[in-house]
Amino acid sequence: MNTLILAAALLILLGVAYQSGWSKGRSLVAANGVTVHSRPQYHGAYVALWAMIPALVVLALWGLFGGGIRHDYIVSLIPVDILTALDQSGLNLTIGRIEALASGYGVVGEVQPWEQAAGDALRSFQFLTFAAVLILALVSGAGALFYARSRITARQRSRNAVERVVGVVLLICSAVAILTTVGIVASLVTEALRFFSFINPLDFFFGTVWAPNNAGTGGHYGQYGLLPLLAGTLMITAIAMLVAVPVGLMSAIYLNQYADRRVRGVAKPLIEILAGIPTIVFGFFALVTIGPFLRDAGAAIGLDIKATSALTAGVVMGIMIIPFVSSLSDDILNQVPKTLRDGAYGLGATQSETIRNVLLPAALPGIVGAFLLAVSRAIGETMIVVLAAGNSPVLRGNPFEPVSTITVSIVNQLTGDTDFTGPQSLVGFALGLTLFVITLCLNIFALFIVRRFREQYE
Amino acid sequence: MATDTVKSAAPEAASRTNLVRDSLRRRHFNERLFRALGLLAICVALGFVTLLFADVFRKGIPAFTQTNLHVAVTFDPEVIDVGPAPTSDQFTSEAEYNAASLKWQRDLALLNWNTIVEQALRAAAPAGTEIDARALLSIPETNARHVLREMYVKDPSLLGQTVEVDLLGSANTDNWVKGNIDRTLGDAQQQLSAEARALIDTFEADGTISTGFAWAIFTNVDSRSAPASAGLLGAFVGTLWMMLIVVVLAVPIGVAAAIYLEEFAPKSRITDLIEVNINNLAAVPSIVFGLLGAAVFINWFHLPISAPLVGGLVLTLMTLPTIIIATRGALMGVSPALRQAALGMGASKTQMVFHHVLPVTFPSILTATILGIAHALGETAPLLLIGMKAFVASVPATPLDQATALPVQIYLWQGNENRNFFEPRTAAAIMVLLAVMIFLNGAAIYLRSRLEKRA
Repeated sequence: MNTLILAAALLILLGVAYQSGWSKGRSLVAANGVTVHSRPQYHGAYVALWAMIPALVVLALWGLFGGGIRHDYIVSLIPVDILTALDQSGLNLTIGRIEALASGYGVVGEVQPWEQAAGDALRSFQFLTFAAVLILALVSGAGALFYARSRITARQRSRNAVERVVGVVLLICSAVAILTTVGIVASLVTEALRFFSFINPLDFFFGTVWAPNNAGTGGHYGQYGLLPLLAGTLMITAIAMLVAVPVGLMSAIYLNQYADRRVRGVAKPLIEILAGIPTIVFGFFALVTIGPFLRDAGAAIGLDIKATSALTAGVVMGIMIIPFVSSLSDDILNQVPKTLRDGAYGLGATQSETIRNVLLPAALPGIVGAFLLAVSRAIGETMIVVLAAGNSPVLRGNPFEPVSTITVSIVNQLTGDTDFTGPQSLVGFALGLTLFVITLCLNIFALFIVRRFREQYE
Repeated sequence: MATDTVKSAAPEAASRTNLVRDSLRRRHFNERLFRALGLLAICVALGFVTLLFADVFRKGIPAFTQTNLHVAVTFDPEVIDVGPAPTSDQFTSEAEYNAASLKWQRDLALLNWNTIVEQALRAAAPAGTEIDARALLSIPETNARHVLREMYVKDPSLLGQTVEVDLLGSANTDNWVKGNIDRTLGDAQQQLSAEARALIDTFEADGTISTGFAWAIFTNVDSRSAPASAGLLGAFVGTLWMMLIVVVLAVPIGVAAAIYLEEFAPKSRITDLIEVNINNLAAVPSIVFGLLGAAVFINWFHLPISAPLVGGLVLTLMTLPTIIIATRGALMGVSPALRQAALGMGASKTQMVFHHVLPVTFPSILTATILGIAHALGETAPLLLIGMKAFVASVPATPLDQATALPVQIYLWQGNENRNFFEPRTAAAIMVLLAVMIFLNGAAIYLRSRLEKRA
């Protein structure tokens, strides 16, 4: 309720300030004609900005210190002999009773006379302070309003002032992106360092056993070897690439070179539907359909394939990445100059020979870049592997067996646990840092290649 | 001499023609093969799309109907013996009335409402049916007693009356009726006892049990003890809160950042750095944003765990690069003539951007925003790390309440032990999620084409 009143008051102040600046600007135009520097709405915005500043400062101060002042006042209302007898929880209970009385809701049980008096006093205190803050904010805002309004003359450069403020706001917004990166790096590094205060980094990066002691029993932390997770991640990524690259690249070539406009107009958006499907859906698909299918197919030809295995997760992840590979390759193929193709046709090459011998070599750097971006996406993918990879962090080379990955272990170690005191949960950040560094290197390298490729033909 | 050469050249030319013809045949065969491979790749990709949708639909559609029990329930005064509900005029203060009212409800909760459910079912069963209470109560969902109690709390005048009530069948009843569990399995592997199965079949024949549309999926929150009544409402509202936060924060910040970088930023190392940084942020795995949320928002700033506020902030940071990159692309595409015309008429740079360039890019920005939101909507992994995996059986009233999200609800349901019941229901939840995604994507395409036509 109070917040609504405050917001309404601020809005009214804003509107009045804008209106008064605007009308003064209008009267200046009427008096001076085109010699007025700024248009009336800039004078309005200028006055409005000025009026907001002191009002917001007053409210911010009250927001920071108001709660403490109110608390102290309530404590001062409790008679000294009762106050000294109260412990912390009793004090909170008493404060709650006084607040309930002040709000008019009433309390259960008998009301002491001093409680009633305190409740009444608190009610008038709340009303008075709220009124005081509101009036102070409005008065200071109005003062600033009149000051700013008095500065408006025909030569006042309100537009420049307003545009400077707009520029600063825009700058702050683009700094958010930087702050995000800083936040990611800072949080990952500090928490990972805390992890390394428990576990030797060498044991983490080169350990071959992943066996965290999650229960924390027996006084030891368990083993945190990264290699089984890394091997699982790379195996799944390789399988995904084996699925995604041939299918994605060939469909990009077909759509780009062979398909007529109608086929392209239908097939391209249909394939891109795959890119919009949430990964949890792919995970479910892998778990209930592809996994059992691969298991039965394997049994039919005498292979022992587990339903949740590196193969299941890899195949489904490959399906997920197909549109990513195909649309990136499509863009790249579009950028190869037409003259190269026409030259090959002129020498009598068939379409497929042109594509294989001229187009693809010319586009190769860009395609490699796209490929690396796809790899980086596959490495960071989480939900498919959480559901379908089987979560078995053992170092082995058989793709038909369950594996675990870096992302799966982050989810396993961190879900539902946020006190971050032991290596059991902190290892999530060390794994996250590893993942971040790997994908960052891949991305920078891939973007570098793609950019070089573009510049080559521009 | 001349005839000699002609004579000797003729077979040579013929062999050369043959050579060329052979090579051409081979080359054309390769051409056709290559083309066929391309077509095959398209078909494989489209086949996967079809397979995925067909699979989800085939599994999910049966879950949109559910088994209901239509029985006559008597609110027996001998069971409900806690006295009349307190009224507000008996008490001096609102707090005391609330306390008395709560005590009355607590007394009601202590009653054995299962007796009433049991009586109703026995009355519906044909005379002479031999079945124990346990087997009988396994037919309706376990929340039947809460449903009846809430009916009574809402309307205490029901005491002693008999009313027709629709109750949900339990998950096991549902499996049995739909044939989701093999009917030929022996008693040891069945979830329901032989008597209960026989009674369900009788009920089905006499119309007491019928299947109807599963409104529970849309009107209920998640439930562990009563799986048949588990619904998506809580997750849906949680997602809605998060998307609201994403729209309110990511769109203005993203567009403003793009405007600054594209129009105002001086070409310097710092702007280059910001640019590289944004491109990389767009490719950072989403789970890393979850780690950021867990460490910064929850552990350092002490924001509430499992709250849509934190989820919304994390998804905002994740969506920002997408919106910035798309908006920059749109700004870059505005023709220089428009800018020069505006500047030539005496507009300042800010006026040029906000009055002339930005309105032209509006369709692209809108499309990019919707697509970014659609992406954020389906994101699961970062939400798991900020505690939105917790079981929440209420609708979040504010962004600070505990909540879960649609994709996380799918994750939770697919892990439920009652696979026969929850696999279809998970597929149904996926269909709801996909419907929202397709709606958003369709809206983006429609709006873009409409706005571009007008522009």
